[in-house]
Order: sequence, then C-alpha cells, then structure tokens
Amino acid sequence: MVEAPGADKHPKGRLDEATNTETVGHEWDGIEELNTPLPRWWLWTFYATIVFALGYSIAYPAWPMISRASEGMLGWSSRGELASDLTAQASERSRLVAELAITPIQSLPGKPELMRAAVAGGAAAFKVNCVQCHGAGAAGSKGFPNLNDDDWLWGGDLVAIEQTLLHGIRQPGDAATRQSIMPAFGVDGLLTPEQIEQVTSHVLALSGKARPDPAGAKIFADNCAVCHGPGGKGSRQFGAPDLTDAIWLDGSTREDIAAQIHRPHMGVMPAWGERLDPVTIKMLAAYVHSLGGGEKFAAVPDATAAPAEGGARAAPQGQPSPTTTEAP
Amino acid sequence: MVSVLARAGVWLVVLFLAVMASALAADGGFAAHMGIVALAAFVALWFSLRGADYDGIARGALRFPDQGRYDDDPIRWGVIATVFWGMAGFLAGVFIAAQLAWPWLNLEPWFNFGRVRPLHTSAVIFAFGGNALIATSYYVVQRTCRARLAFPALARFVFWGYQLFIVLAATGYLLGISEGKEYAEPEWYVDWWLTIVWVSYLAVFVGTIVKRSEPHIYVANWFYLAFIVTVAMLHVVNNLDMPVSLLGAKSYPLFGGVQGALVQWWYGHNAVGFFLTAGFLAMMYYFVPKQAERPIYSYRLSIIHFWSLIFLYIWAGPHHLHYTALPDWAQTLGMVFSIMLWMPSWGGMINGLMTLNGAWDKVRTDPIIRMMVMALAFYGMSTFEGPMMSIKSVNSLSHYTDWTIGHVHSGALGWNGMITFGAIYYLVPRLWGRSRLYSLRMVNWHFWLATLGIVFYAASMWVSGITQGLMWREYGADGYLVNSFADSVAAVHPMFIMRAFGGLLYLVGAAIMTVNVWATILGRLRREAPLRDAAHDAARDRPLPAPAA
Repeated sequence: MVEAPGADKHPKGRLDEATNTETVGHEWDGIEELNTPLPRWWLWTFYATIVFALGYSIAYPAWPMISRASEGMLGWSSRGELASDLTAQASERSRLVAELAITPIQSLPGKPELMRAAVAGGAAAFKVNCVQCHGAGAAGSKGFPNLNDDDWLWGGDLVAIEQTLLHGIRQPGDAATRQSIMPAFGVDGLLTPEQIEQVTSHVLALSGKARPDPAGAKIFADNCAVCHGPGGKGSRQFGAPDLTDAIWLDGSTREDIAAQIHRPHMGVMPAWGERLDPVTIKMLAAYVHSLGGGEKFAAVPDATAAPAEGGARAAPQGQPSPTTTEAP
Repeated sequence: MVSVLARAGVWLVVLFLAVMASALAADGGFAAHMGIVALAAFVALWFSLRGADYDGIARGALRFPDQGRYDDDPIRWGVIATVFWGMAGFLAGVFIAAQLAWPWLNLEPWFNFGRVRPLHTSAVIFAFGGNALIATSYYVVQRTCRARLAFPALARFVFWGYQLFIVLAATGYLLGISEGKEYAEPEWYVDWWLTIVWVSYLAVFVGTIVKRSEPHIYVANWFYLAFIVTVAMLHVVNNLDMPVSLLGAKSYPLFGGVQGALVQWWYGHNAVGFFLTAGFLAMMYYFVPKQAERPIYSYRLSIIHFWSLIFLYIWAGPHHLHYTALPDWAQTLGMVFSIMLWMPSWGGMINGLMTLNGAWDKVRTDPIIRMMVMALAFYGMSTFEGPMMSIKSVNSLSHYTDWTIGHVHSGALGWNGMITFGAIYYLVPRLWGRSRLYSLRMVNWHFWLATLGIVFYAASMWVSGITQGLMWREYGADGYLVNSFADSVAAVHPMFIMRAFGGLLYLVGAAIMTVNVWATILGRLRREAPLRDAAHDAARDRPLPAPAA
C-alpha cells in the first residue's frame, strides 16, 4: 500500500501498475482512486434508459401541469383500459347474461346449456365471494355450513337457495332475510345447568350417541320441539337443524352441544342481493345447487317474490357482467 | 462539576416526567413505554453521577480526550449491537416464515404474524442495519477525515438513544402499538425521539467532516451524508401525525387516502434507496478497497453514479402503487425513474467489483473478500430486478405476490447482510486490537451457509410469486376465474417451507459469526489449518493444471 506523505502532496496521480491506470492523486486512510473513464457500455445504457423514459413519458400520461397531467400521445389511461376490458367481456357474454336475466330460476333445469353456463359462472363468483366462509371446496367448517351435502337448513332447491342468497341469513335491515333466534337457555337462566346436561344427553341420544334420557326428553319436548320438531328432525321454516343425523354445524361433542344450548351460536350470512347483480345470484344458486345436494322443487311455499324481483333489479355499480371486475 | 450536575439534572427531569406520564397514561401501552423511558433515564442518571471524574474536578484538571487517537468506544458498542440485533431480527424472520408455513405457530396475541412481522423488518433494517451504519460511519468518517469524532458526548447519546428507539419500537409492536405504515410503524412519541437522535447523529457526522484534516471529502462520506440527511427528511414528512392525547399512544396522520399512500411509499421506497442502498454503498466504498488493498476503480464513475443515484431514487416511490387509485401520470413517472435508476445503481457495483482488478486472487484466498464480492453480485442482481419489476406489465404479474418478498430478500440478505458481515469481520480484530479473527474457516462456513440460504430463499419466492401471479389471473375457456385465493395459498405451501429452510441456513451462518466475533473479542485464536488454496503459479498468477491421477 502506498502511504501518502501528507495531505495533498499528490498534485498529480501515480501510475497504478496492476491496471496501468493513473490515480487521481487523493488518498484517504490509504485508499486511492483510479482515474478510469466511465465504462462506455455503462454510459450508453444509461443514455438509452433516459431516452426510453422520455419516449415513454410522451406516449403515456406523465407530466403534471397546472390543472391536469399530460395525457400521452397514445391516449391510454388505466380507467380506459379497464372499461374496454369490461366491455369486451360483457359483449362476449351478453347473450348469456340477457338470457339468464329473463329466465326464471325454476326454468333453468329445463335449459341444460344455460344451466351449464350458469354453473360455470357461479363457480367463479363463489371463489371470489363465498370461499372465505364456506371454504374453497364449499365444505364449510365449524359454524359455516357444508354446501356439498343434502342437509339444508333453509331449503335446498334452486328457488330456496336463491332466496337465501338474495336476502341473507339474519341480515339486519332486510325484511325478507332468513330469520330465527334460538334462546340462550343457559345464559338467560331458562334451564339449569343440570337440565342442560339432561337435554344434551337427549340430543345425543337422537342420533344414537348416548343412552335415552327421559328427563332430557321431557325438557326437549317442552322447550326445543317447537322449532326442532318432536322427533328432532328440524324445521326449515326456522332454519332449525336436523338433530338426528350425523351432520353437526357447531360440533358434535357433548361439550359442543351443551355450549350451543347454553349460549347459541347463530350464523349470519350477508344479503348478497345488495352487492351482486341478479344474474350472478342466479349463477351462484345454480352452482351451489349443482354441488351434489341440490333438491328438486317439491313444495315451494315462498317462491313467489324471488324470480320477479331478481329479474327487475338493475346491476349494481353498473357492472356490465358478473365477476369480471373481481380479478385480483 | 457544574456540567455533571446539569447533565444529571436533565436525566432527573426526564425520569420524573416519564414516571408522571406512565401514571397518567391514557392506555396501557403508553404506560408501559413511559415505564421503559423512566428506566432508561434512571440508568442514564446513575451513570452520569457514577461515571463522573470527581478527582479530576476536585483538582481542577479535567480529563480531555487524546485528540491524537480515534474515538472508537461507540463503534465497539455498535458492532456488538449489530451482531445482537442481527441475531434477533433473523430469528424473528425464521419464526414468521415458519408461521406462514404452519399457521398454528401464531401465538395470540403478542406473537401473531401481524405483530412479529414488523418486529422482524424493523429489527433487521433499523436495528441490525442501522447500528451497522452508525458504527461504520463513525469509524469511516474519522479515518477518512483524519479527525477525532466531533461532540463525543452527543455521539454516545446517538448510540444509546438509538437503542432506546429500537426497544420502544419492538416492544410497541408486540403490545399492538402501530401506525400501520410499513417500515414506519412506531407511534408519534417514538418518532419524535428518533428525530432528536437522528439530528444529533447528523451533528456528529457533519461536525467531524467540518474538522477534517484531509482537503477532500471521501466518496464514502458523501454516501453517508446523503443517507443521514435524506432519512431525516423522509422520517419527518412521513410521520406528520396528530396525537389523540399527549398521554396516549394513538395518533392520526396528516395525509389521508391516496396522498397518504403516496407519502408512505415515497418514504418506503427511499428507505430502501437511502438507508439500504446509499448507506451500505458508503460501507462498501471504505471496506472493499481496504480489504482488497486496491484503489477504487473509477473516481469519475463514483461522482456520476452518486449524483444520478441521489437525484433519481427520490422519484421512484410511486412504482409501489401501480394499478391503484394513484393517478396514471404519477405511476408513469415512478416507473420511468425506476428504469433510469438501473445504471446509476450498477455504477456502485462496477466500482466495487472492479476495485478488485489486480487482486482477484483474493476471492480464492480471502473469505471476507468473497463475502464482499457476493454482496456486490446480489446488489447488482436486485438493482436490475427492481427496475424490471417497476415496469407496469411486469408489475401486473409480480405485484402483491411473493416475488416482491424474494426481491427484497435477495437485496437484504445478499447485499445488506453480506456487506455488513464483511465489514464486521474487518472491524472486530482492529477495534479490539487482535492480530486476526478467531477463525477464518468459520467465516468461510458463514459465507456458504448464507449464500445457500439466500439461494433457497430467493428461488422459492420466485417460484411462489410467479405461481401466485399466474393463478390469480388465470381465466378459463368460459371467461371466468379458475382459482380461488385459497387455491393459490395451497399451491405455494411447499415453497413456504423451502423459504423457512433458507432463512434457517442464514440464521445458522449468523450464529457462527456471533461465536467468531465473541471469541475474537475475548482474544482467542483458533488453531486451524489454512484454507486450501488451488495450486497456482504465483509468478504468472495463473492456476496450475491438476496433477494427473
């Protein structure tokens, strides 16, 4: 290492042997600097990126002015690009969407091609809007119903599913929402802990998981049968689950059931009619119906309002077609 | 005597105020933090009374530091703090990587991902990186100015004040105190404290430059100065907040909505540009030529790339907000400034790598040089990747994916980590007056573990990021999205495990460094065989062909 004899005693640099280059002549704590010119490829690449930047900023919106920015020679804007993408999507699907809009959901099974398209569209909308609670495979989890089975709380035909989607479950402010409340038997002191124990045994006995408990059966008949039915088969009018089968929304252990009687967990589902357009709702209903548990129309007590209302409602936020704006 | 009393009086007042604030606090987090401040003030009070030179005062002869020696105490503390916080930060990183792979590791509420993640980023950037920058800047500025550190008391205040900032920030995250701004999470009172510390740091650094006995200011000091000044500006502007109560932790920002987002990413990107690039380039400009014992490759390049880097970096922030509510013109400018930044960034890599001209054999024989070369290689790679990812069509694929995470870590682990390790290995024997490091072979182990760790990390995040980007935009033949978000999470799960493994390798490498540094400080020398060298002809500086088997 070359030690500088003193500050600025190097008015001129020395020749560095290894590189055959002049040094600048400064020295700090033994560090010198070579006077190598800028590498040409570096300089020209730098110039090229500047030229590209200038060109790009002329072609695209870039320069802020007093009231607005320059719009760019190409006339491109991100809003414009989105609008044209949406229009292209909408025109591709316009025939299908128009047809779905005028087709009452009861008639869908009679039009296999339309049904197939509705199921495909519903599958996409489901991935964006429903998987958060019901899971990617629609299998649900504790507190969130499995949509693949044939066990329906509020009804499993197309019309009932559409009704649930449009108005939600226990959605505040929606007059047509699915509504029911299970009393908090423990918290409100309607049953003593001992009675809860007994009725829990009875509920377990209904599906053969415990020995019959006469005291529990009595409590059940007095307090629970009005919604769950005398045999515990449940009631769709109140969304009261069937307690005799092997499917348990909030858990099947003795603790789970006792906890549910003590302080019931009651699920809420949004009224999707306020957020999605009627065609997407129809598609979702078709998709959920197609998952495996869909029921045929048997007795449809409340199928009057849904189709008419669905067909008349305009698409919210001016979305020309369902789901296209949902891409991440 | 008067100055001792005055100093003790200040700490006593701070102690009193902190205890009062803790007692009257509006929320538990603020009370806990004021308790920490009170404890710190008490320790400062204790040391200012106990450490005073009463004999000297009595004799009327105050000790003046020897101006002929460099002031290295805060640097020694800084090196130890760098190693300590580095281990803490890497450990937190491995932990949150494991949380992403195995979610049951989210230990509610203090150790869930949302709280440990800012702990990790702040620990590695501000605690590990910040201490490394403060310590090396004190070292470099004294030697390249041939001047003792200005304002020695203030220099010590900067070190300890910065540690208090780190402790307040880190405990705040775990307690759930956060502004929710990435890399700027600490709340208003911690921000104010850091502002005081940072202005003191600027005073120490500029003061030392002003009293230099060299005619010119060395390039490393330009970079340190740019880093200190710009970080001060970024920190103040991005933290213009209104506290809800002067006795509570919560505050609200001055800028809201898209303006707030723009200010945040102007800050966030330049935290990368000036903290992690300019500051660490300053380290590179001193430690690479010193370790290689070669002159800097090009003085002219250092001027041009310094000024172009400083000028261009500050405009590139909007590229973090492509395809958002930010107006198109701002997105365009963010992109083109990022592209123009490519060559100015590479200027630093060229100047570092080409400084080895005439000493390339040291890559074979010196694992510290090897570490520095690897740092520069990763610096070059990530400063190419960055401009590429700022291009809008690339960004539409990469944004919100793990590609960004991989990019950040190839820069952070590869560039910032490796150059810091190199500087630590250079500094420790010199600061503690040892003839050499405890073990050079352990440096070699550290090098390979860290390199392998980065390869695992970056490669898995590239695969993961591109998988996510492609899955999110995949449309089927009928024009509908194919995948749900949860599908993409399931698809990248193996990559998350590989990433955690890469992080673990990096952590193990750092643990080896900790042992090595510790043993060196204790003055031990490991008796070990020299690193194997390939047979070569020293006279011609050419390798010899392998002997026939």
